[in-house]
Amino acid sequence: MDPFILSRMQFGANISFHILFPTITIALGWLLLFFKYRFNRTGDYAWMEAYFFWVKVFALSFALGVVSGITMSFQFGTNWPGFMEKVGNIAGPLLAYEVLTAFFLEAVFLGIMLFGFRKVSNRVHTLATFLVAFGTTMSAFWILVLNSWMHTPAGYEIRDGVAFATNWWAIIFNPSMPYRLAHMLIASGLTVAFLVAGLSALRWLLGDRSQAMKNALKTGVYLGAALIPVQILVGDLHGLNTLEHQPAKVAAMEGNWETRGNVPLVLFAMPNEETRSNDFEISIPNGASLILKHSAEGVVPGLNDFVAEDGTVEHPPVAPVFWAFRIMVGTGMAMLALSWVAAWFLWRRGELPKLVAVALVPMAFSGWVATLAGWYVTEIGRQPWLVSGVLSTREALGPISGGMVLSTFLMYLAVYVLLLAAYLGVLYGLTAKAARGGDNQPEPGVAGEQALPARGPNATLQPAE
Amino acid sequence: MSATDIYPHLPVIFAGLMGLSILIYVVLDGFDLGVGILFSVADVEDRDRMVASIGPFWDANETWLVLAIGLLLVAFPVAHGTILTALYLPVAIMLIGLVARGVAFEFRAKARSQTKWLWNRVFFIGSTVTALSQGYMLGLYVLGLETTLASVLFGILVAVCLVATYAAIGAAWLIYKTDGKLQKQAVGWMQKSLIITLVGMITISLTTPLASDRIFAKWFSMPEFVALLPLPLVTGFLFAYLFWQLTKLPHKTDQFAILPFTGITAIMVLGFFGLAYSFYPYVVPDQMTIYEAAAAPESLIIILVGTLFVLPVIMAYSVFAYWVFGGKATELRYD
Repeated sequence: MDPFILSRMQFGANISFHILFPTITIALGWLLLFFKYRFNRTGDYAWMEAYFFWVKVFALSFALGVVSGITMSFQFGTNWPGFMEKVGNIAGPLLAYEVLTAFFLEAVFLGIMLFGFRKVSNRVHTLATFLVAFGTTMSAFWILVLNSWMHTPAGYEIRDGVAFATNWWAIIFNPSMPYRLAHMLIASGLTVAFLVAGLSALRWLLGDRSQAMKNALKTGVYLGAALIPVQILVGDLHGLNTLEHQPAKVAAMEGNWETRGNVPLVLFAMPNEETRSNDFEISIPNGASLILKHSAEGVVPGLNDFVAEDGTVEHPPVAPVFWAFRIMVGTGMAMLALSWVAAWFLWRRGELPKLVAVALVPMAFSGWVATLAGWYVTEIGRQPWLVSGVLSTREALGPISGGMVLSTFLMYLAVYVLLLAAYLGVLYGLTAKAARGGDNQPEPGVAGEQALPARGPNATLQPAE
Repeated sequence: MSATDIYPHLPVIFAGLMGLSILIYVVLDGFDLGVGILFSVADVEDRDRMVASIGPFWDANETWLVLAIGLLLVAFPVAHGTILTALYLPVAIMLIGLVARGVAFEFRAKARSQTKWLWNRVFFIGSTVTALSQGYMLGLYVLGLETTLASVLFGILVAVCLVATYAAIGAAWLIYKTDGKLQKQAVGWMQKSLIITLVGMITISLTTPLASDRIFAKWFSMPEFVALLPLPLVTGFLFAYLFWQLTKLPHKTDQFAILPFTGITAIMVLGFFGLAYSFYPYVVPDQMTIYEAAAAPESLIIILVGTLFVLPVIMAYSVFAYWVFGGKATELRYD
């Protein structure tokens, strides 16, 4: 089989699996800090109980994020050596700064955050929690700087076929970076908001009426309701930025073939690259022109502009970008509707109707769906480039045979499927256990079997031994 | 001195930084992996304690591997591609091992107790597979990254020896961090694994110069031979001293409990220097020097500045973390 397609599938599978967990830990770190802050301020032990439940989810997600992230740092070399050979002078320092300023920070203080509550003072423990949250966010910053640079490269020059940095300020603050960073950080916030709301709703449905569950449920629902309109706005700005710098991607997102005015907003279609048109199209007249150009006559770029004279297609594959975009937006709309309904009930009645709680449960992982779909839009939308206009994906491929890539791909895939199943199983197990009431108490971090005596708020306020 | 004066020295500085991260990784994650390897011989009731002894540290320890591979990636991008494509399969297997080890650690604490045996097994297998593939890669690297029957067999030999080395340093860590029956057992584990470690180091020390005329000349010409003689002699002395001390450990008052760990660490440092001396200035053995493979100095200087500021801070807070969790390992709790 073609090692190019296989290497792309392998990297796609790896990075898709990886991003699930940082998407949770980036925002969950801050949420844990918030729980801790509320406990420090109010002395209400329910906040600490919420902390102890969610810190387990954090630890598990963090471990999965770390191990799958290491896999990727090696795959740059094993499958895509051309990437570092061509743009290593730019990607290198950015990755190095990620490891130096973020990776070590989160990894070292994670130990204190998880296991140090009774070993250090409450203040140092809060500081450790902050540093872990800060570290995950810094990590996201550097990675998104590099990823954005791959979409909208700036501040470099090519000498002897290799990219050299000319302006680090321009590289870091490249045109799409602020939008992409904001979009991703809010995506992380939404993912966690719906995860927390969904698992808390599950606990409520399983009969849990504890204050810790209620605190987490409210935090999740209100956070989701507050973030989703911001995300729609930021997403729109990001789209306009993409229109300016990567028009082919937007053309594929909209399923628009010809550059023209009065472009409709396509709700449903089967983009057909053979006939270069949409089959079964259902659309709103002038919709895309209005959204992208804020006028019905606005001219929107079309895919046919990105076909070379010899017929070489220089735009991304249309159907995956088109569909991934609709999945992302559709999920966002569902998030908007559900979080606002849930927030209204919580605010007016202090409790959720059963139907809303039931709806929140499957939405626990809606953030994953929307985040993955969004990344597929932007990454597939960059094809055929790995670094826009600088390095094509095919040029970066290494000399590994298709059979070799296939065998490792299947190996990774099997591991990831098993791990995902185990992760979801453990999340359900933790939730069900918490709902049974036995588990709003802190638990041993490593020793899972011994029963521990229940401890009250005063016990945890003891200074370090 | 202006920044450009330092440019010609950047490759060797970065080779040094990379070597330092690899060395720190091998020692620190070495004991994590060693504890995982020793799971196979430990009693069931001691396993939580063994995991507790490495619990707060393993993640940060593994990060040194990320830094090492990151420095190879950013400082020697061409070599990074050459080495990793040559080692494609063992790298993939090591990654699966690291994944298994890392997640087993979390899952065994959070899964239902009925499945804990499964995660215990995953923890052992993941640690062992990681160590085996790292040793195999070291063997292949020593023989110049060629895949022949001889190099594969040699790789397998080094793989087994590295598992023993990690088991030895893991046992040394347990001697330091635990007491009672487990500590006593760890002394026995260390004695056994240290023998295989010695065999492995002698094999590599003999094979490396025999496989390459260049390396042979570096070691066995005068006056280098005399100047380098302390390296094997001190290593040999350390082995002998460790074997002798291990017959007396553990002491009733628990004095010298850290001695096996410092001893085996010193042995690993000396072995590492021997290897580094053999291969300098090559990053891909006998094919590509660090000077040929280095990235643009303008980019390296940016990383160097950051590294010089941040690395001491990283080391400081790492030491702080070890201090927080100092003393004998106790049950780990989230509160």
